[in-house]
Amino acid sequence: MKVLSASHINKYFYEPEKFQVLKNISFDVKKGEFLSLVGKSGCGKSTLLYILSTMDTDYEGVLEMNGEKLTGRSQDQLAAFRNEHLGFVFQFHFLLPEFTVLQNVMLPALKLGKYSAKEVEERAYQKLKLVDMESHARKQSSKLSGGQQQRVAIARALINDPTIIMGDEPTGNLDKKNSEIVFNIFKQIAHDNHQTIITVTHDPDFAKGSDRIIEMSDGQIIKS
Amino acid sequence: MNIRISLQIAKTHLLTKKRQTLIAMLGVTFGIAMFIVMISFIKGVNKFLEDSALDATPHVRIYKEITSNHPSLIEEANPTAFNVIHHQLPKNELANIKNGLQIVANIEKDPGVLGVSPQIGSQVFFNKGPIPVAGQIAGVDILKEDKLYSIKRRIKSGNMEALLSNPNGILMGAILARNLNVKIGDKLTITTPTGNLKLVKVVGIYGFGIQTVDGVRCYANMSMVQEILQKDKSYVTDIHIKMKDSQAAIDYAKVLKNQYGYQTQDWAEANSAFMTGDKIRNAMVVIVSITLLVVAGFGIYNIMNMNVINKMKDIAILKATGFGGKDIVAVFLIQSIIIGVLGALLGLMIGFSLSYLLSITPFNAGDFLDVKTFPVIFNVKYYMMGLAFGVITTILAGYMPARKAAKIDPVAILRG
Repeated sequence: MKVLSASHINKYFYEPEKFQVLKNISFDVKKGEFLSLVGKSGCGKSTLLYILSTMDTDYEGVLEMNGEKLTGRSQDQLAAFRNEHLGFVFQFHFLLPEFTVLQNVMLPALKLGKYSAKEVEERAYQKLKLVDMESHARKQSSKLSGGQQQRVAIARALINDPTIIMGDEPTGNLDKKNSEIVFNIFKQIAHDNHQTIITVTHDPDFAKGSDRIIEMSDGQIIKS
Repeated sequence: MNIRISLQIAKTHLLTKKRQTLIAMLGVTFGIAMFIVMISFIKGVNKFLEDSALDATPHVRIYKEITSNHPSLIEEANPTAFNVIHHQLPKNELANIKNGLQIVANIEKDPGVLGVSPQIGSQVFFNKGPIPVAGQIAGVDILKEDKLYSIKRRIKSGNMEALLSNPNGILMGAILARNLNVKIGDKLTITTPTGNLKLVKVVGIYGFGIQTVDGVRCYANMSMVQEILQKDKSYVTDIHIKMKDSQAAIDYAKVLKNQYGYQTQDWAEANSAFMTGDKIRNAMVVIVSITLLVVAGFGIYNIMNMNVINKMKDIAILKATGFGGKDIVAVFLIQSIIIGVLGALLGLMIGFSLSYLLSITPFNAGDFLDVKTFPVIFNVKYYMMGLAFGVITTILAGYMPARKAAKIDPVAILRG
């Protein structure tokens, strides 16, 4: 069963001059797949990821997720879609520094409003347990180390049980030990929970461990 | 859009940057406090001046206008002809209002009228010893006059009723009495413009707190003034009227003018200098208040703008995790509103305290005005206005940065 389908995606940069970053990219992703996007710097893999993330809407082609066509929707509709169906993990573990670990994890679920605040808190504890961070739940998120923050970010990405979790070099800023922890969590999510994972990575070990690798060069998929 | 979650985020932002929040709040507080003090004080001054001016002036005054500007009979008869007239003199004209007492009786019947006082006014000299001091004498029925101007309350020494039992008594203005160095029971001579002399006795000294009254005017019995002017018992030169509603007096003056054919003057006309001052002071309040609020508004705009710039990463994260533009606007707008409302409330409190302190500060205006402390008005309306101004300014100042925050492109920030 496919959860994501990109067809004929073209993307241009206009500054400093018109330049085609992505050239006619089409591919599908199945449910529960652990997918790595690899390629040299500037090949367009991050650009592709941000189009898949629905945050970048300036492209040609059609993007479908969960059977819904997302191309052409308004920003607020896309935000609501992201809230429910997508989770993100970024390279620089962007947590909200003023909030506690628990609050950071809870925020997207409170926004979704599907569960009561008490249930949300319970679920947040479960997710923190999954990444082995429940003992830090009440700490200010700015007081954590990089690896710890990244694990909290994963818990946050999981809080609404999204169909797809996207990562932009989630281990790019971590040491080997923390990278391994993050990798194992991803693997577990994909295989046990059957949630789809799409990550951009430079880390060859990380890519090798995933189910499927898409390699890009000069805005095209060269190996899938 | 979920307001509660936006509120929670806004609250966390405000509480983690307490100092910044406080500074932004104090900007509003200062603006509103100054607004309250200014408007309470200036309105108080206006009211005080208006009251003291109105206290001493009738709402409507009926009098006869004496001019020598009459066309000659020849010109009236032959308007188109070429007339040459040398040394035209005005005819002798009495300053009195014919049937004055009858008019008074008629006006008294009007239900909108509080009181009517007929008077005979004349310029006189007061002589105590060889030096003449110029002044005015008003022959009145003191009980009627008291109904209009509360003379009894303004008596500094002596007794108002003593005038009734003493046909040659006078009530003298406090400043005039001081200038002449007379006390109760002292006698002095008054000289009329036509040269008649009369020995009178001071039976009371009053003070309106207005130099132009206390320094020149004396009250006497009507019959005595009629006597020294050598006029009959029906001789009346002015009719003073107080209305129940001072605003109605302006129209009533016109009615009386048409009805009796005499010149009338309403209180607004008589005090046009005060009224102009009033307008200028009010305009000043508006200008200064707007300036203060705009400055406070810019302060908030600045701080909120900085806040948005500092929070770019957080905004990008919130957007990535599914917060829409409206949520982001709400987060920052709520912060502005909290700052605005708290700042304004604090401003109202400080404004009230300062106004109160001002209202009990001793202030000596000398003889010019009868006032012991600064006049300040406490009116809920001004406090409501201050609160509304404060909140509206902060919403406007907060909305622009909030909208900017909503438009931030998360991709640009998350990609680094």
